[in-house]
Amino acid sequence: MTDKFISIEAIAKRYPGAGGATTTVFENLWLSMARGEFCCVIGHSGCGKTTVLNILAGLDAPSEGAVIVDGQAISGTSLDRAVIFQSHALLPWRTVLGNVAYAVSSKWRNWDRVKVRAHAQTFIDLVGLTGSEHKHPSELSGGMKQRVGIARALSITPKMMLMDEPFSALDALTRGTLQDEVRRICLETGQTAFMITHDVDEAIYLADKIFLMTNGPGAVLAEVVENPLPRDRGRTDLHRHPLYYALRNHIIDFLVTRSKTFAAETPGHDPRNVPLVHIGKPGLSIASNEEQRQTWISGTSPGLTA
Amino acid sequence: MMTTSSLRLRAGLVSIALLAAFLGIWHLATRSTAPVATMSPEYAKLMGLTATQGKSAMPGPLDVGAKLWQHLKRPFYDNGPNDKGLGIQLAYSIARVGTGYLLAVLVAIPLGFLIGMSPLLSKALDPFIQVLKPISPLAWMPLALYTIKDSSISAIFVIFICSIWPMLLNTVFGVASVRKEWVNVARTLEVGTVRRAFTVILPAAAPTILTGMRISIGIAWLVIVAAEMLVGGTGVGYFVWNEWNNLSITNVIIAILLIGIVGMLLDQILARFTRMVTFPE
Ligand SMILES: Nc1ncnc2c1ncn2[C@@H]1O[C@H](COP(=O)(O)OP(=O)(O)O)[C@@H](O)[C@H]1O
Ligand SMILES: [Mg+2]
Repeated sequence: MTDKFISIEAIAKRYPGAGGATTTVFENLWLSMARGEFCCVIGHSGCGKTTVLNILAGLDAPSEGAVIVDGQAISGTSLDRAVIFQSHALLPWRTVLGNVAYAVSSKWRNWDRVKVRAHAQTFIDLVGLTGSEHKHPSELSGGMKQRVGIARALSITPKMMLMDEPFSALDALTRGTLQDEVRRICLETGQTAFMITHDVDEAIYLADKIFLMTNGPGAVLAEVVENPLPRDRGRTDLHRHPLYYALRNHIIDFLVTRSKTFAAETPGHDPRNVPLVHIGKPGLSIASNEEQRQTWISGTSPGLTA
Repeated sequence: MMTTSSLRLRAGLVSIALLAAFLGIWHLATRSTAPVATMSPEYAKLMGLTATQGKSAMPGPLDVGAKLWQHLKRPFYDNGPNDKGLGIQLAYSIARVGTGYLLAVLVAIPLGFLIGMSPLLSKALDPFIQVLKPISPLAWMPLALYTIKDSSISAIFVIFICSIWPMLLNTVFGVASVRKEWVNVARTLEVGTVRRAFTVILPAAAPTILTGMRISIGIAWLVIVAAEMLVGGTGVGYFVWNEWNNLSITNVIIAILLIGIVGMLLDQILARFTRMVTFPE
């Protein structure tokens, strides 16, 4: 796939450090996404994931390099790129409907109240909050607040969605439901999505591509892992797929050991041509290791169910 | 629910009991007790009731009550410059406070917005604000009288200058400390600066701004009494001073009581506005 809907080209972010020195969070970072693709970024805290997302959103400017969206270099924020914030960032003095309507009326400035409300209501219904339109954020649970955040982001029918650990503050059950919903909505509307997560299973369930970032400072994009699981995967039978553990172990190995040592062990790493990893395909050493692991797991599972 | 209502009831009863005790002690303390001296009728007339009937110089609650009733029956009479109804005097004071205060609102809130949104202005103006803020508003009075040459406008100016600082500082603080994520929401929605100021920054900073406005109205009401004592002419402050010169302690006590009640009402109005703009998080 050569269609680059989003292309991050050689961006760097530097902050003035202590004593006149500069701290480089990352430099010469290249990354691209195709239209309709769902991409997750995984990396340790402080490696610069939020910085990349803010640059993509236009909330922050890179020290060097550029971001090209749909053939155009971006400058500043845009209604084409909706952000779902980790802390949901709802305006507490507005109701659920008011929060979504604020976004709708920002996009379509000449719409009248009735039209704005009707449009906002559609998206409140879409995220399953029908009946809570007139509640204030303080009256909602964490999961419901994040649903409003999702409705607000979707209501402006963006070309892409940027999500910074959107579910990390939620309990496991709510997180699961919202993952299902985000996946369904993104597939239905053909959204291009960029999501930061700490949760490996979340990335495996949602992502088409997983970006692995090494530890900062001076973080690099080490690998792009293609998700080998079929597009119509379900959350409950994810772990039954023959390549699930291979994929999961590859990511966890990276997080546990390789994210620290990557820079030292891979001197010839070309940030412009980051290796694309196909789990389970011949030619990669991890595939053969994982086959043994696979048999070992299927061997133990009858014992577990008995 | 039941415990709070019963607590309120009990607190109300205790308040009434305390008031009754206070009035009782006041009454006993100012009752006629001193022995009545025998003197010639002319001398007695000169000496007044204090000497002739053993009456205390301090009026008792019954005197004050009777006098208050007179004032309440005729609050707006006007018998020339030194004899106006208390209602008129209070109205003068409230009008001065209202004018000075509203002018201060009109200056402090837009200026506070600008300073709060601009780190440069905020740093540049800080030394001036720090120096001007602790100046007693009455210290401005001679300068105001000298430049404005009108005592009534000078009093308004003093109110203006004393109410501006809490509002200005609270607006600056409220605007500067709006949560970054709310501003980012507006930015990602491509909301322009003016609309952002009205739809995000103003509602977010409103509780802090209103708190400053509430502090200001309290200070303004404190200052007006002193200012009117200085400039004279009209107003409840002048009334207090004038009644002191007339040695009418009863009227002084009544004025003190009314100053307290009006101050409380002004504070309650601002408290209500503050509650209206406060949002739970
Ligand atoms: N305003 C700032 N000044 C200096 N350093 C910053 C600033 N903002 C972020 N950083 C640094 O940039 C790095 C990346 O931050 P961030 O993108 O938030 O990481 P992540 O989201 O991956 O946890 C961190 O090490 C952080 O200390
Ligand atoms: Mg982060």
